[in-house]
Amino acid sequence: MPYTAQKPPRPRTADQLRREIPGWGVDLDPADRPSVPRERTDLDTGAHWDFPERQEERQPRERSIEHKFLPPVFGTSIPLKGLSGKVRRLAYTRYSEARAAHWLLLLAGDRIDAWESHLRSLAGPRPDNPLSETGIPAELHGHGITSRREGRRADLAHQWMDPLVVAGPWVLAVTGAALAVRALWRRRS
Amino acid sequence: MRAMVYRGPYKVRVEEKDMPRIEHPNDAIVKVTRAAICGSDLHIYHGMMPDTRVGSTFGHEFVGVVHEVGPSVRNLRPGDRVMVPFNIYCGSCYFCARGLYSNCHNVNPNATAVGGIYGYSHTCGGYDGGQAEYVRVPFADVGPAPIPDWMDEEDAVLLTDALATGYFGAQLGDIAEGDTVVVFGAGPVGLFAAKSSWLMGAGRVIVVDHLEYRLEKARTFAHAETYNFAEHDDIVVDLKKATDHLGADVVIDAVGAEADGNLTQHITAAKLKLQGGSPVALNWAIDSVRKGGTVSVVGAYGPMFSAVKFGDAVNKGLTLRMNQCPVKRQWPRLFEHIRNGYLKPSDIVTHRIPLEHIAEGYHLFSSKLDGCIKTLIVPNNH
Repeated sequence: MPYTAQKPPRPRTADQLRREIPGWGVDLDPADRPSVPRERTDLDTGAHWDFPERQEERQPRERSIEHKFLPPVFGTSIPLKGLSGKVRRLAYTRYSEARAAHWLLLLAGDRIDAWESHLRSLAGPRPDNPLSETGIPAELHGHGITSRREGRRADLAHQWMDPLVVAGPWVLAVTGAALAVRALWRRRS
Repeated sequence: MRAMVYRGPYKVRVEEKDMPRIEHPNDAIVKVTRAAICGSDLHIYHGMMPDTRVGSTFGHEFVGVVHEVGPSVRNLRPGDRVMVPFNIYCGSCYFCARGLYSNCHNVNPNATAVGGIYGYSHTCGGYDGGQAEYVRVPFADVGPAPIPDWMDEEDAVLLTDALATGYFGAQLGDIAEGDTVVVFGAGPVGLFAAKSSWLMGAGRVIVVDHLEYRLEKARTFAHAETYNFAEHDDIVVDLKKATDHLGADVVIDAVGAEADGNLTQHITAAKLKLQGGSPVALNWAIDSVRKGGTVSVVGAYGPMFSAVKFGDAVNKGLTLRMNQCPVKRQWPRLFEHIRNGYLKPSDIVTHRIPLEHIAEGYHLFSSKLDGCIKTLIVPNNH
């Protein structure tokens, strides 16, 4: 009880815990835990260099302006391209990681990227398939209804929004386009 | 090769992609034999992590066989069975030289605040991940390690993140003998954090979640007392009552960015992406730990701001400890614990899904269907 100096009594003694829980207390000594102390300079990392050789920069690689230079090793997945690439490049060249604008621009780039990619897929041999790509068929063999009925689940309050996140922008875009076409049609006639 | 690719929020599919290539003399190419979907993969799957590009391949938990090595690789050879920590790190920068492998400064051009992580957006370096047939593994002499002959491959894949992170989370709590430990989240990391708390001498371990089947696992696998917060009007008050109004000595946030329990927080973070994460579990941790206690955070949050109750943390004199786990530092001890029978990580695996059906795997995990706790991905021909 916090109103007096005593700690609340322990429900089980150390001997009971040792008997009942496999491995209880084997890491009892805080000084003998693998991440203690947090910083250690005596670990052999396997590195056989003071500074790594530099990976070839095959195409201009964006980087945070908080870096002094391009780090020696980097990922090469999905280089910047299109309008989303321009937005993302602006985020990297103009704003540090400390600025909300940096992250908000990157998030905006993500949304634009999704649109660009969906539209590009419609013109290609394998258009996006919202049914298979969202994994919705798993509702059938994954007991979609009974899984959600078990106990009281807090996530049911918002799971219904997930289809809106996926389909909502498309519905809005199609509705907007239809309204625009109708307005143009009415003006001409 | 076949690989999972991200197609926008809530959408993934499997495509033919170019084989990864040796980009640096210390690279290896690994043929993946088992991968996993991590709870934190859901944050990028849901589009919460800035600079997650369409076409990226996710997956930071994987094991496999070395297929090819670069000219400066000394420690690995083609054919070696390897486990690969989720951290990409050089082993020689200021931070790596001090054991902070998850904070490497030489592998991520896109951000200085986070190190390199396989398949976890360009904010984490722009590397493709292991939910594929093959993956590029930088710094092959530093990160990967041979899987011991006696170790099951499915135990090994859980050592690449989930088990190591849960164990690390318990260490961050600075648990002393007899401490009361509360763990928010009964997912894989939370289950392992609860189990690890006993190894460090906890006197009580309490796990909080809202999914009954996961709480059942917390009781049977992690020997924990459990609370379903959806059945409590105010979980913080009830945790105070459960600890004689003192509060827990240590609280571990093993939930992260998509925490439930407050609809406004969840929607602004997970649906509208206006916060780096929904800090419901973190705020409950701050409020339910005792004054002078320790909050350990191993749940993943995005880089943007979050509405954290920092005043309570100050006024209660809390110690807040957090980091991405430096995985390889945990391995020697965890190998011992597995060998001694104290831990059996693959006990939490509920689903094994072929790579070709990975979209359904993501949906099962995201919507918490079919008792899903941990999903392993089996690439073609395995």
